[in-house]
Amino acid sequence: MRYSGLKVITEGLFGNKGWKPAWRDPAPKAEYDAIIIGGGGHGLATAFYLAKNHGLTNVAVLEKGYIGSGNIGRNTTIVRANYFLPGNSEFYSHSLKLWEGLEAELNYNVMHSQRGLINLFHSDGQRDAFARRGNAMINQGDDAILLDREGVREHLPYLDFEQTRFPIYGGLLHPRGGSARHDAVAWGYARGADRRGVDLIQNCEVTGIDIENGVVKGVQTSRGAIRAKKVAIIVAGRSSQVAAMAGMRLPIESHVLQAFVTEGLKPVINHVVSFGMGHFYISQSDKGGLVFGGDLDFYASYASRGNLPMVEHVMEAGMTLMPMIGRAKVLRSWGGIMDMSPDGSPIIDKTHVEGLFIDCGWNYGGFKAVPASGWCMAHLMATGESHEVARKFRLNRFATGHLLDEEGTGSQHNLH
Amino acid sequence: MRLKCPLCGERDRREFHYYGAEDYLHRPEVDAEPAAWDNYLHLRDNPAGMTRDLWYHEAGCAQWLLVTRNTVTHEISAVELVAERAK
Repeated sequence: MRYSGLKVITEGLFGNKGWKPAWRDPAPKAEYDAIIIGGGGHGLATAFYLAKNHGLTNVAVLEKGYIGSGNIGRNTTIVRANYFLPGNSEFYSHSLKLWEGLEAELNYNVMHSQRGLINLFHSDGQRDAFARRGNAMINQGDDAILLDREGVREHLPYLDFEQTRFPIYGGLLHPRGGSARHDAVAWGYARGADRRGVDLIQNCEVTGIDIENGVVKGVQTSRGAIRAKKVAIIVAGRSSQVAAMAGMRLPIESHVLQAFVTEGLKPVINHVVSFGMGHFYISQSDKGGLVFGGDLDFYASYASRGNLPMVEHVMEAGMTLMPMIGRAKVLRSWGGIMDMSPDGSPIIDKTHVEGLFIDCGWNYGGFKAVPASGWCMAHLMATGESHEVARKFRLNRFATGHLLDEEGTGSQHNLH
Repeated sequence: MRLKCPLCGERDRREFHYYGAEDYLHRPEVDAEPAAWDNYLHLRDNPAGMTRDLWYHEAGCAQWLLVTRNTVTHEISAVELVAERAK
């Protein structure tokens, strides 16, 4: 069923009785050409582009829970392409271009809103670094505008410019940055993949990976064995567990990252604002809630909830930056499990097992990467070659020293 | 979360700095193969369950601690001084 404004109107006139489920609920077949472990954003996007770009439709996505139950449904929805390092820069640039055409591509309203993203800076040195980053973004073909304090004030008059421990010197504006509706991205890709023949199999937990003589043969699941010549592990925070089924030890440590949302408010924050010195960032959802977050809890964790010291820290940082939010009531907070890599950059690569691929290490930046990650992972699975914008996301780069440490914080999993 | 430091007693999580997995105690020899260094610096078991990792009692006795804990429940079962651990 194709969605359209006319369809919404006619369904509204006739009691909305004509809507059908957005995707099927098939039982697993005995064999597929390719299996994707993980029905999150990246897995669904990979399935979609395998079908659309490469004509591979005999594909199954195996999801332990339900579609969209992982980090794709529990993030802070920022979309941006403000990376600096060659390797990251072209990849996120490609992703942003895909975002800009995503709704037409999927025939699905993902509520992509390019409201502008402003990274604040608080010293001369930081201004220099942001000017350099902005130049890198412009060289990549994206947009960046260096704002002085008055320039920031025009956009964000409600910030506390003078009183904070970190006086605001200015900001780097990325006009094409913004946000999107996270669930809709999962649902849009799921529907798009399903319509092209991909089987989305929910409540199907992978319990083993079958390998013979170094070649992948399929997977064992809670719904029986399924054979496939190509298997992709795309499971974010659980990457280490699934990769261990193939005898791999990954350069990943899983950490918890918290996020918060307030009650719905009238429009007040029009941009995405990040306050790096206070480890705080915020935007307002289309529903009106202020969505904000901070840094990791800093210790390895699989508990999908955080610890109170970071809650306190995030609230303090928010109050330091924009005291006006002090009366908003926080509705809820939650924690997601982040697959942290030692350099803060992701992995899209083959493994030592023929036919087994891995896409992981998204740290806490996976949402904006969903389209390009799916695009490049599909390219890798279909052609056997890394896509040109993802060729530095190698699994062995830690051993060879070709790290992509965007923040320059060193080779430690919780510092990115 | 609170950690029971062997020297200071039970203290707030904010007094401690998390470094990483126990792997950091197994530093290779300087002339070891690159793979050994990769293993030491980057690769992790990353268990969902019991783990042992290193914490520094930054705002207390300044000792390195080896903490045995559960990454799913945040339950802490043992805290030892790295300096006194059984080799």
